[in-house]
Amino acid sequence: MKPLTEQSRTMSPAAWTVLPRMAWPLLAGLGIAILMQFAVGPSVSGFTSQIMLIAGINIIMAVSLTVVNGFTGQFSMGHAGFMAVGGYVAATLTYYGSIKMFGTADFAGGTISWTGSGENPGSIVGKGDYLFVISCLVGGVVSAIAGYVVGLPSLRLRGDYLAIVTLGFGEIVRVLLQGTNPQIQPWKAQEAAEVPFYKLATMLGGPMGFNLLPTYTTLFWVYLFVVLTLIVCYRLKSSSSGRAFLSIREDEIASQAMGVDVTKYKVRAFVLASFFAGVAGGLYAMSIGAINAGDLGFQKSFDIIIMVVLGGMGSISGATVAAVVLTILPEFLRDPPPVWPLGLAFLVAVVLAQAVRKHWNIRTLAGIAVGTAILEGARLYCVSRGIDIASFRLILYALLLIAMMLLRPQGLLGVREVWELFGHRRPNPNPSPDPKPDAAPPSKGTSKATGNPTSKGGAS
Amino acid sequence: MTQFLQTLFDGVTVGCLYALIALGYTMVYGILKFINFAHSDVFALGVWMSITIAAWLGVGAADQPAPAWYMGALVLLGTMAFCGFVGFVIERVAYKPLRKAPRLNVLITAIGVSLLLQNIGQQKFAFGPYPKSMPKLLEGGALFTIADVQVRTSDVAVIGTALALMAALQFLIYRTKLGSAMRAVSFNTRNASLMGINVDRVISFTFVVGTMLAAAAGFLYGLKYEGQAKQTADSMWVMLGLKAFVAAVVGGIGNVRGAVLGGLLIGLIEFFGVAYVSSQFRDAYVFAILIVVLLFKPEGVLGRATVEKV
Repeated sequence: MKPLTEQSRTMSPAAWTVLPRMAWPLLAGLGIAILMQFAVGPSVSGFTSQIMLIAGINIIMAVSLTVVNGFTGQFSMGHAGFMAVGGYVAATLTYYGSIKMFGTADFAGGTISWTGSGENPGSIVGKGDYLFVISCLVGGVVSAIAGYVVGLPSLRLRGDYLAIVTLGFGEIVRVLLQGTNPQIQPWKAQEAAEVPFYKLATMLGGPMGFNLLPTYTTLFWVYLFVVLTLIVCYRLKSSSSGRAFLSIREDEIASQAMGVDVTKYKVRAFVLASFFAGVAGGLYAMSIGAINAGDLGFQKSFDIIIMVVLGGMGSISGATVAAVVLTILPEFLRDPPPVWPLGLAFLVAVVLAQAVRKHWNIRTLAGIAVGTAILEGARLYCVSRGIDIASFRLILYALLLIAMMLLRPQGLLGVREVWELFGHRRPNPNPSPDPKPDAAPPSKGTSKATGNPTSKGGAS
Repeated sequence: MTQFLQTLFDGVTVGCLYALIALGYTMVYGILKFINFAHSDVFALGVWMSITIAAWLGVGAADQPAPAWYMGALVLLGTMAFCGFVGFVIERVAYKPLRKAPRLNVLITAIGVSLLLQNIGQQKFAFGPYPKSMPKLLEGGALFTIADVQVRTSDVAVIGTALALMAALQFLIYRTKLGSAMRAVSFNTRNASLMGINVDRVISFTFVVGTMLAAAAGFLYGLKYEGQAKQTADSMWVMLGLKAFVAAVVGGIGNVRGAVLGGLLIGLIEFFGVAYVSSQFRDAYVFAILIVVLLFKPEGVLGRATVEKV
């Protein structure tokens, strides 16, 4: 038996293969972002692309919250607070920064952040783009620091204290931001250029919100960060930190006994999630050109929690799908299309998945069929009576949340990812004859359809 | 000096309201070990039900003189009965199936119930999306003045009713058989059931009592701020409920006396903060206190530190 260090050396891949493997997700992200901006963006209506922007920002929020609420099993209820911190920091830097540097708060970006209004800037990347992207990243970093400060004391305590402290944090952030001084309007840029920056940082519009920001956020930036978030979080799941997160979720005391520094890893998850929430805040602020702390209260946090819970506590693809669906849903409910084709497609997909796995669960199938029938009946009833379903949207969410906890507490996908539903097995990377204890356990997709409860909800 | 005394008095009055709501949080936490996020919405329901019941009874229209005192009591009892029933249904439908589920799941369910109550309340068939104001149930103006501090009739009613309810709760918990059953279930659920206590019934009962206290707090809130338009099922209620929750944590969650102490403490801190520091950050003081308490004495002022066992 060779010593472990030597074993790991022989197992580690050759150096020349590492670089492309590190780079391809970034290249893929860039590719998708360019595709979204220059192919998808111009071919859909302005309204649709606005929805796509919001969906992307919601994906970042939901996936980052999955790291805390899903992977680590902690329960943060102030995610919108971190979004507000990042958003205001990014907005301050972009707005007052461009006044200080360019003398005006107008848009100064290139084609990648051109929203289609105003004249085409010509060049691909403008000077404003650098300012914008650095502002968003700084917003993320400040938000991560806030996450560290909030998380360190509260993550030492039992799980539900974190819920309360983060909720309180979000409210404190809201109250403080609403107590800031009025902003200096863009047409008084001369005046603002005289004021030192630390004073400008307190002029954030107060209860009126921080308005008339230059709009840099386009599909390019949003989906670049979406892909980055997805890759980081997905790779995190199978890294050693990610394994520590999952072990904390399953049993805090047992993982502590195994030598996992529980508080350190909880804080790490929390800081990471806060960073992405901060970046999402920056993107949000510069997408509509305004940010208002009043909109980022705990209602917004609850919206994101609903996405995470419905998608599956610990499933990145689940959170992504839920974020997209819940962003589009209100628009569909204004004029609801028939539900049954979707239900039928879902039913067929589940039948196929079960056929592949040779594991039949009649209850799931019946549940889907009955659920579709009820939804379709309700739709027909509402349409025939002329009832506006959109006004019942939030009641629907609340009922979904309760029903989900009662019937399927692990969320739609549980800890699995979408592709694991179809019996995908990870190929054994080490097909040696002698059975090793750590040789790729069977993927979770093969476990029972009902699955295990995802979390212990903090140690009891 | 007058300002100090007036602030003290106002702080105690509002502190009594916080204490009543905090009692519900702390009782449910003590027995079920989860934060009932829907509690603040039950409180809001209490405000709205007392407005509705008063309107049904036809009392307190703006041009009429204040009705007899027992009409107010009738409104209070009706509100408490209705909210108690709602609390019973919530516990049976949403929380009882999750007795053995992880706490996180119950927490999420509670958020769901909270959202449900808020959004049903805003529908046209319930209370509607527009603000309403509480009818006049008591004579306005100062009842008497001590050392330049104005004591209004409604303040006396708030403090009196709150103290009476707290005394009744104290009697219920420490002097009755049902109270000792509640304490036993809170101490150790399994042993309590082995001793022949019907745990489900005790939990239901505790839940209903907590809900009724919140409903009473809602009525008293309406009484204190009568005539002012009540916001719709909005963040305002959640905020008040959250402050009450902070009161429960500060006093020591699961501890009934701690909840009363915490409620008074939070009320005083809020009002002194508003009077002497700044009214802008009114909501921030309370949460700052929460974070300080969690840092230095996470079990609360009167709480006992628990040891995690495997």
